[in-house]
Amino acid sequence: MSGSKAVKVKKKIDGNAFLLLITIVLFFVMYIAGVVIFNEQGFGKVQNFLNLFISNAGLIVIAAGMTVVMITGGIDISVGSVVALTCMLLAWMMELKGIGAVPATLLVLVMGVVFGLVQGFLVAYLNIQPFIVTLAGMFFARGMTAIVSTEMISISNETFLSWAKFKIYFPFGGYLNRKGVMIYPYIYPSVVIALIILVLVFVMLKFTKFGRSIYAVGGNEQSALMMGLNVRRTKLKAYVLSSTLCGLGGFLFCLNTCAGFVEQAKGLEMDAIASSVIGGTLLTGGVGNVFGSLFGVLIKGTIEAFITFQGTLSSWWTRITIAALLCFFIVLQSIFAAVKEKNKH
Amino acid sequence: MNKLKKLTTYRLFLPILCLVLVLLVNLITTPDFFAISVRDGMLYGYIIDVINRASELVILAVGMTLMVAASGGTDISVGAVMAVVAGVVCNVLAGGEQSVTQYNNPYILGILAGIAVAVICGCFNGFLVAKLKIQPMIATLILFTAGRGIAQLVTNGQITYVRVDHYKVLGSSIKGLPLPVPFFMAIIVVIVTTLILKKTAIGMYIESVGINAKASRLVGLKSSKIIFLTYVFGGLMAGIAGLVASSRIYSADANNIGLNMELDAILAVALGGNSLGGGKFSLMGSVIGAYTIQALTTTLYAMHVSSDQVPVYKAIVVVIIVSLQSPQLKKWFKKHSLGKKAVNGNEVA
Repeated sequence: MSGSKAVKVKKKIDGNAFLLLITIVLFFVMYIAGVVIFNEQGFGKVQNFLNLFISNAGLIVIAAGMTVVMITGGIDISVGSVVALTCMLLAWMMELKGIGAVPATLLVLVMGVVFGLVQGFLVAYLNIQPFIVTLAGMFFARGMTAIVSTEMISISNETFLSWAKFKIYFPFGGYLNRKGVMIYPYIYPSVVIALIILVLVFVMLKFTKFGRSIYAVGGNEQSALMMGLNVRRTKLKAYVLSSTLCGLGGFLFCLNTCAGFVEQAKGLEMDAIASSVIGGTLLTGGVGNVFGSLFGVLIKGTIEAFITFQGTLSSWWTRITIAALLCFFIVLQSIFAAVKEKNKH
Repeated sequence: MNKLKKLTTYRLFLPILCLVLVLLVNLITTPDFFAISVRDGMLYGYIIDVINRASELVILAVGMTLMVAASGGTDISVGAVMAVVAGVVCNVLAGGEQSVTQYNNPYILGILAGIAVAVICGCFNGFLVAKLKIQPMIATLILFTAGRGIAQLVTNGQITYVRVDHYKVLGSSIKGLPLPVPFFMAIIVVIVTTLILKKTAIGMYIESVGINAKASRLVGLKSSKIIFLTYVFGGLMAGIAGLVASSRIYSADANNIGLNMELDAILAVALGGNSLGGGKFSLMGSVIGAYTIQALTTTLYAMHVSSDQVPVYKAIVVVIIVSLQSPQLKKWFKKHSLGKKAVNGNEVA
């Protein structure tokens, strides 16, 4: 009895789950290393851990959307530009057009849906390569940002700022500061939204018909078609989901920056892709997990925290380290794939 | 009618049509677009500007075409490789100083170092793609992410200037030549590559590997070696493009050299009617695609569109062009035109 159980467990931990495990272990090892090295500067504080989520709330949501698209075997490189456009539109509507914070937010979400519909239509129904379509989307969104305004617009809408500054305190984990006042760690609502979205996407992927068909389409489009799945509609929905989450991610991003400008979130698409890949998503499709992507994002955040705490290293070390990690994970994935292939024959 | 049909089925028909359309727009909006003036034996004008500015893109597109054809994937690291090469060349020539007015090392040494680095980058990408069988876009994502960081590392985070007239030659013009030097660099690259592809069997090998790598291996082609070689070649092209780009501004600006060039190069390949899925390719198509992109950009500048806003129009044009080339839409058109023909046939009968 127990023997068969062990076999079951062993079977469950296949290459992909193992990769995810490595990602999670790596994150904790890195974080603990940071706590040991930079203990005096306060790396080990609960707040520092929460800051990882606060500064990357938008990216968590965007990476979740990216993961969904990547599972279908596609890619969406328009996300960084869409975030910039979202922030710019939010700032422009609230500051120059006098639109309230709530309608402005709803409008940018609608914008995300429309953006996704167009991209999804081109990819799914016209069979144009996702890379080219979303590349055009990237140009379009970045250019539109510049058409809305080439100047930076800071947000001063009170409702919006109250959302951005609203702190949710934890009832524990506090410490006494120099004046002897208890300071509790806090998060912003953006973190709560990001985590809720993450769980929702996870549940959707695991337990809904739509989620399962995404895996099926990514695993083998032909088989999915033969099984009677609507491949095109599934793909379209995946792109709509990605762009919608992008609009939402842009909103969360904007809560952090409270401004819109043309150069905003440049290169964010690569951060999202890197996070997904580090989290175990295969670009060939069919494999992926949004929680892996979460840890991908957290690893990126930890590297950034390392560099901030170290103080003397310049910010481009972040990119080099992420690239090295990417290289490590990609090579690992290919080794697993090769082993799998061998076992098949 | 038959002639027209023959013309429309000609492979380069759509790419050339796109280029002509872009130029036609100019005929209406900016009539002086085609004006060419001569000063000191040099030609000037918008058209010359297009020919000049597109050079790096043409060089990159040549390399990209082969990589796409053989591996069915895109190399997104070429822009970053350009920055690394520029950084290395300028740093070798400046001997580690930030700004020099004379070479501290021989010119040829700098060039060789730059080309060597480019080839090494190509080998790295090629190894990941061909030997480890990693998706090209993901494999090149590594250098894409790290490249500019490495370039910063090489130049110590500064912009290294080489203020020597000799260094500027590759990116400007020399007396006696009516057209700028970069144009000739691009033409030489295209001619040499075409000759290699036509005079040896390598072009056919690349197509064969791109269509079916496994089958090619079974008939005796070393598929992975051919894919590897295309990536080395792609790296070399990025190196040459980096040299020209760096020579234009006689410096190594790690943040800006080759910025977003990889995207334009991939676009050029797609606009040239090449499938990004690999297989059959047309080098001339990509070259025309590259000139189309630059013509479009210059057109927009001539129409006084600000550089931040150019991408919007670029995106719209790109979507229209790739949609026109989409097999799905072609099928749809065919269905409808066939329907019409059937109606016509009935009338005749």
